[in-house]
Amino acid sequence: MTFSTRAANWTWTYILRPFLQILLFVLGSAALMSVIAVIVSLIFRTPASRGATLEIDLFEQLLKQLPDTLIDGITIGFLYAVIALGYTMVYGVLKFINFAHSEIFMVGGVIGFEVMIRLRDGSLLTTFPPVLLVILMIVAAMAFSGTLAVVIERFAYRPLRNAPRLVPLISAIGISLFLQDAVRALEGLGRNQFNLAYPTDSVPFLTQRLPIGPTVTISVTAIIIVISAIIMVLGLNYFVNATKIGKGIRAVSQDQATASLMGIDVNQMIAITFLVGGALGGAAGVLFGLKAGNISPFSGFIPGLKAFTAAVLGGIGNITGALLGGILLGLIEAFFSSLLPFFPSFGTSYSDIFAFMILILILIFRPTGLLGQRVDEKV
Amino acid sequence: MTVQQTINAPPDNLLRRYGILAAVIIFVAAMFLILITMDNSLTFSPLWTALAFPALAISPFLILRLNVSRQIKAFLILIMLLILMPVLGVHDSFYFTLATQIGIFAAMALGLNIVVGFAGLLDLGYVAFFAVGAYLWGIFTSQTDNYIHAIGLTAPAWMFYVFLFLAVIVAAFAGILLGLPVLRLRGDYLAIVTLGFGEMIRILFKNLDHPVNITNGTLGLDGLASPPLPPFIGSITDWLVTTFKLEVGNPQVLAYQLFFYLLVLAICGAAILVAGRLDDSPIGRAWTAIREDETAALAMGVPLVRMKLLAFAMGASFAGAMGVVFAAKFKSLTPDAFDFNQSIFILAIVIVGGMGSIRGVLLGAIVVSLLNLQILQSLSSLINNLKNQNAVIPVINFAFKDWPNQLAVENYQRFVFGILLIVIVLFRPAGILPASRRKTELEDRDDVPPDLTEIPPDMSLTESGGDGHAA
Amino acid sequence: MKIVKLFTVVIVLTLLAQLHGATPTRAQGTVIKIASHSPLSGGQSQPGNAIKNGVDLAIQQLSKPIKDLGFTVELAPFDDQADPKVGPVNAQKIVSDKAIVAVVGHYNSGVARPSSVIYNDNNLVMVSPANTAVDITDRGFPTVNRVCGRDDAQGAAGADYAANTLKIKSVYVINDKTVYGAGVAKFFVQSITAAGVKVLGNEGTEEKSNFDAVITPILSLKPDMVYFSGIYDQGALFFKQARAKGVTAQFMGPDGLDAPDTAQIGGDAVVGLVYTTTAAPAALSPDSKQFRDDYKAKFGSDAPAYGPEAYVSTAIVLKAIEKVIKDNGGKFPDRKAISDAVRATKDFKSILGTITFDKNGDPQVATYYVLKVKSADPKNWTGNEPVASSKANSPLTPATGAAASATMAATMAATAGGAAPTNAPAPATMAPTMAATMGATTTPATKAATMPATMAPTMAATMAPTMAAK
Repeated sequence: MTFSTRAANWTWTYILRPFLQILLFVLGSAALMSVIAVIVSLIFRTPASRGATLEIDLFEQLLKQLPDTLIDGITIGFLYAVIALGYTMVYGVLKFINFAHSEIFMVGGVIGFEVMIRLRDGSLLTTFPPVLLVILMIVAAMAFSGTLAVVIERFAYRPLRNAPRLVPLISAIGISLFLQDAVRALEGLGRNQFNLAYPTDSVPFLTQRLPIGPTVTISVTAIIIVISAIIMVLGLNYFVNATKIGKGIRAVSQDQATASLMGIDVNQMIAITFLVGGALGGAAGVLFGLKAGNISPFSGFIPGLKAFTAAVLGGIGNITGALLGGILLGLIEAFFSSLLPFFPSFGTSYSDIFAFMILILILIFRPTGLLGQRVDEKV
Repeated sequence: MTVQQTINAPPDNLLRRYGILAAVIIFVAAMFLILITMDNSLTFSPLWTALAFPALAISPFLILRLNVSRQIKAFLILIMLLILMPVLGVHDSFYFTLATQIGIFAAMALGLNIVVGFAGLLDLGYVAFFAVGAYLWGIFTSQTDNYIHAIGLTAPAWMFYVFLFLAVIVAAFAGILLGLPVLRLRGDYLAIVTLGFGEMIRILFKNLDHPVNITNGTLGLDGLASPPLPPFIGSITDWLVTTFKLEVGNPQVLAYQLFFYLLVLAICGAAILVAGRLDDSPIGRAWTAIREDETAALAMGVPLVRMKLLAFAMGASFAGAMGVVFAAKFKSLTPDAFDFNQSIFILAIVIVGGMGSIRGVLLGAIVVSLLNLQILQSLSSLINNLKNQNAVIPVINFAFKDWPNQLAVENYQRFVFGILLIVIVLFRPAGILPASRRKTELEDRDDVPPDLTEIPPDMSLTESGGDGHAA
Repeated sequence: MKIVKLFTVVIVLTLLAQLHGATPTRAQGTVIKIASHSPLSGGQSQPGNAIKNGVDLAIQQLSKPIKDLGFTVELAPFDDQADPKVGPVNAQKIVSDKAIVAVVGHYNSGVARPSSVIYNDNNLVMVSPANTAVDITDRGFPTVNRVCGRDDAQGAAGADYAANTLKIKSVYVINDKTVYGAGVAKFFVQSITAAGVKVLGNEGTEEKSNFDAVITPILSLKPDMVYFSGIYDQGALFFKQARAKGVTAQFMGPDGLDAPDTAQIGGDAVVGLVYTTTAAPAALSPDSKQFRDDYKAKFGSDAPAYGPEAYVSTAIVLKAIEKVIKDNGGKFPDRKAISDAVRATKDFKSILGTITFDKNGDPQVATYYVLKVKSADPKNWTGNEPVASSKANSPLTPATGAAASATMAATMAATAGGAAPTNAPAPATMAPTMAATMGATTTPATKAATMPATMAPTMAATMAPTMAAK
């Protein structure tokens, strides 16, 4: 095999093919949701059929909203996917829901804020190349959150590895409460507040919106989120499937005892899993902070919950599943929230009910998630 | 270990045996005296209350471990619960509220214990059943206008006991409703569906002011009816007030506190009885079988569907009953009282206490709710008192006043609570009082990681990028 | 190991004993405590802390008269965790401490309802800085008072300004699905519909940080105004994201947005935002400026929403305590007497205007200011421009109160040298079903309004003396 064919093979296996798969997921989910939405909007086209008083043609309204809804759904979906990867990786090796992951994610967002605000205080923010700035924030958050996850694993989970399966859940909840208030205390001492607003106004690049159609624009942050998420998923795919450590992690996830007999350091593999999962969570925290413009010690909870849902939806323990689950959940949420206002008897606030209903329906027909395999376990 | 030995030891040393009994009685009496003579306005009184009340509250567990006959144990515990606690409550109604609240959590934890501890089905939305019970009483008796009232369906206050019963049935039905779609799910898939169910119930109650106003949505229901007092409660309080010349603002209020305390105690008693009998019954063994190995249980002829649904229904019914009590006691409801954190809180009680162990769960309810509701609060009051009086820690010469305002202790009770949760599970991974069956299990397999055998060989972390190219 | 443990225990006990001895002893019965009861942990801890800090500051600054009578006043802070199950337990603890004679709290009406029952059972007075839900006082408890306005009054005040001064044609209303946000939104929608403005949407969202999907319909419906009924941490973020997505509408909100953090989080997006509040803007009241400066000096951050309200609540309580002690000849004040004295508060001058409680504990006349955010810099929050003000009578305040409020408006106008005020006509056009509507005539804010001292009173409004048929 010549070098060039090997390179081509490598590119196909680790870049092009997974990339095409992601593209397939995105386009497939988007098309599916759009078709459903179009059908619904045609059924309830007239205001009378929806019990609405506002004279709005739902089909026309949908067409007006569709591009924005799709962009929003896909963007937030990629974010959920990156967070869900953290849940899914830990679940893969330890079979346990790391409830503290939403706080690791939040800490990542706080680190991103700290990097940005320190640059601003040193009046470097305006002169700093924006792309480099984003990379710097993400790398700092990844390093910190990853380390934090490893430390948490060492002190709160490892001693409980032989305990009943639910017990680490409680120490995870303890860690959550601890981290929320620790961040609140530190930021409270340092800055006298804990609603940390990203100074995005000082970086015009980040607040720009690029036109992608006659009436449609897309924000630069959305593009950053999608690109970073894709890079991270590709990187993770490569790491897990092509490196020696990745092989070790997969071995540990299959059978810890056998893996250790094969000379694999199980504890080390688990620590690395936490490192990678935590780093992804930290990166997602920065992306979330850039998108929302604000992070507080308590903003990890909701995205964490949604990402966990996404992980289960796709089939927990499965990286591809987490990706698919995240994108699908993001789209479901975006469609429901933006269309339910035109059904006055429900309204946006019912969107979570419908989202959970869809989740339950999917799980009834596929009890192990969309891409999951059958796993037996006990509490 | 040592306790086990004490219990199993032959009754050789009467002096020692009754010496310990006497010591426990003296201990309980001392704690009681400390509390009843406490002057709440003293600087250090929060500290002593924070120590003495929890000590008193867990003393039944000390009594249970004594090496004396069951009758004596029962007698002592009944004296504790029916005389000492009410006297303390009459002296300072805070203790009534505290005890009632512990009771509410304890009954719920017992219910959740059936689902999680006995049957091994992880339920993260348990508070939904509590909400169902509470709203059942709320929508029929609240003074807030809603559709139910508009069509003329209101419940008079005496229907309370009917509703208590009704709530058990409705909550059990809700449990089955939740159970049906999740029968095929296992482990964490179950967790997310139950979590979703809990959130759905809360969001539903939060939004049921439209299309039809039933729960008054976000604004919640107010002015719920209180049940009529049984006559004997009134006479007891009247007697207490006149005999001891108590300074009671309103005897009616005191009577209600006594009533709810006794009611919660009775429901807890019933819950303990039901849970205990179930655990020892063929049903309980079927649940254990399902928990330990579903496939094997099915092979042995355990009716999975019926048993799982029964677990959900039984567990839910306890919470439903307590929901009605909660609503009638506080007379007001908002949907946010039933969020995900509450489910987690109950789960924490079960796990900290010891999954599957009834005693453990009761102790867990006392420890976790006292930590959250009393101990940490008292300690922060103490520090606040010291701060107000310009106290200085000797030796290191630290003045409490210099403590930064951003770190004010009263703001960080949850922080300490989080740390304590971690510490407790690290030191007692199987719970404070683990179930005996589980305990033996745990001791048998010290070097083998659990659940190893359950992971089928084809389970892999990822298939990302498709098959065939991996590695 | 055992020795180490034993040693630690001994050291701790010795230290405690030392502390015990070192603590200055006080004469019994001379310590008066005022409890603050608000969420101090969790997501709502920021406004909750503002309440605690407001009480703290008031005790430090205003308790001198009581000190002169031989008593010390202390703060007893309690954390209700925003949880209706924790609040009542704390409330029971509060009533069992005989030194506590008053409570300032709560933040969440859902917590205030069950807790206030317990205070009321024990004659303990509660003054609420933040519970705007109408039923808090409508239950008629003799111990429950509030200094903040009511949802119905605030919704109506905002709607009046939007409809009559800004002359908007359509509005999209979002609330945060809390008792507060949903309550204000409900009355805002009622009033603005009555004023003939088209409500394009009336939605609630529990989302805290990603509002994309909520904003999409707003973007295509193009309302003249977006009204966010909620608290600043969420509201400012919502405005920021809405502006970034291209929503050009006028933004508006209730007093939950009155915090420097609104500018901190929202940045340029909230410049031009208008909000209603009962806390007098610093520009109009030297006392208010003084309070804000003191707050910042003591706690290091600008006073957020409900800080001023907590301060005034405590001031009223302190005044009542002082009166009771004087009346009973220097004895420890009785809770019932304090409660009565608080309810009897009359013409109490404060940064929330002049407060007189009605029979249910509502301020008879609540003054609402409409403020416009001028700068994206949180430091300039106090420089927000007052563009209108209105007075709303509590439901129990009889029509004579309307005359009083009109005269007050007249006085204000006279001192401000502004245009002649227009009096409120009898509210004959009101829809009877509404708990409260403002019948008002409005003159648009004049240019002069940019100079705060000469603010024109644009509205003098009366509210219906209707206790709805509830």
